[in-house]
Amino acid sequence: MTDFFTALIAHSFLQTALLAGLLASVGCGVIGTFVVVKRITFMAGGIAHAVLGGMGAALYYGIDPLLGALAAAILAALIIGTVRLKWQAQEDTLIGALWAVGMAIGILFIAKTPGYATDLMSFLFGNILLVPPRELWLMAGLDGILLLTVGAFYRQFLLVTFDEEFARLRGVPVTFFYLLLLCLVAITVVLLIQVVGLILVIALLTLPAAIAGHYVHSLAGMMGLATLLGGAFTTLGLGLSYAPDLPAGPTMILLAGGVYIASALLSHFITYRQARRQATL
Amino acid sequence: MMTATPAVLIENLNFSYGAARVLERINLSIMPGEFIGLVGPNAGGKSTLLKLILGLLEPQTGRIEVLGQAPRRAARRVGYVPQFPSFARDFPISVAEVVALGCLSGSAIWSQHRAADRAAAQQALAEVEALDLATRRLGTLSGGQLQRVLLARALVSAPEMLILDEPTANIDQRVEGEIFNLLATLNQRLTIIVVSHDIAFISAYVSRVACLNRTLLDHDTAAVDDHIISQLYGGHIRRITHRHPHHD
Repeated sequence: MTDFFTALIAHSFLQTALLAGLLASVGCGVIGTFVVVKRITFMAGGIAHAVLGGMGAALYYGIDPLLGALAAAILAALIIGTVRLKWQAQEDTLIGALWAVGMAIGILFIAKTPGYATDLMSFLFGNILLVPPRELWLMAGLDGILLLTVGAFYRQFLLVTFDEEFARLRGVPVTFFYLLLLCLVAITVVLLIQVVGLILVIALLTLPAAIAGHYVHSLAGMMGLATLLGGAFTTLGLGLSYAPDLPAGPTMILLAGGVYIASALLSHFITYRQARRQATL
Repeated sequence: MMTATPAVLIENLNFSYGAARVLERINLSIMPGEFIGLVGPNAGGKSTLLKLILGLLEPQTGRIEVLGQAPRRAARRVGYVPQFPSFARDFPISVAEVVALGCLSGSAIWSQHRAADRAAAQQALAEVEALDLATRRLGTLSGGQLQRVLLARALVSAPEMLILDEPTANIDQRVEGEIFNLLATLNQRLTIIVVSHDIAFISAYVSRVACLNRTLLDHDTAAVDDHIISQLYGGHIRRITHRHPHHD
């Protein structure tokens, strides 16, 4: 880790990578919390994988792949969300189909684009060290959109994620807020693809929030703690992977996965002890 | 002389889920201030009728008016306590927050009126004698406590009518009596419709019983006899008369 901090001061690409990780953790903390409490991890996975179609098409036509990813993610979110609301019985099948079809489209486009091999690997598994500094502005802008939207409609999102039927009775436009939430998930997926790639997005989107949920029992508290944890995982992952020259994305995910398992066991143990203490009172 | 607008007016209502007819030729008029018990066997259409009154479902034929409006428009003036809450019990939310969310309306933008909503939530919790639960996590409540909290959430928006679907299905008899005594007090200012499978128990509280098994038969409480119960549930039945202690 000492090597990492010395290199961090010397190399601007590492500073950019560190900032990219911190910017991505805002999305993973705030939106990841909604994904965990609303139990829409599979849906978020579908959105993440369908994104490859947009990235491949953008690459083929010479557009910034990140913009292609953003368009594909939002389109996938709207299709999946509409089906979930209007056509519930087929929801999981459709997500599976969109997941695979999006990837197939992406692979076809990439196959027809010269020099695809390295690009494909960095899309799938991310490469935080290759994030260009100008992308930081886009990431900061996307974070701004997430924070402003959630801040403005926090209670509406809270009610729609907590109890859709009751929200409908109160006259809250459930369809609008549900689709808006999925669009925010789509934006977060694009933020995180920069860091860990689309295959591993789902872990960074859910694990920090799930760990936070073991200790904090309010939505806003979960968001704050999950953001801090996301920042810690990306920074530590980057630092730990630097000296042995390991890929940063998988190192971050293994770190998050390890902490999640340890935290789940610890939380289970604490609950068990509390129950025993209560029973003996 | 002016006649009051019925709290609920249902005329020639039919409803089917796909090919399965659930409700047939339903006619019902509920006047403001009434306390109606809606009883009937499982799958008799009770919850479906409530969802139609709440505007969560649209009837295929027939007419429903609630508080003089179309059900969906009137829903904000109605408090609803569901039989099976559609939320996850482990959702990270406190009791006070759950109740305060009952103040939210479709027209609210940004996160306005939060202090007023919190005060209203405290008042509603006090009314259902559950103020001590305000800071508790939702997942730590017992069945009876959860019913009180859901009742507070239904009351917090100052509704004109209260609809409860099997509010005491999963709780013990003592708490059941307490909740119905509370409803009797609330009936002094609200119209109440309560769904129950326990016709004998609710007869002690409600002013009128509507018996629903695909079609609807409407009776004064005193008129519910063996013949009506037999007609409603089918087959041979034997009625056992018993008394429930009432708590003041």
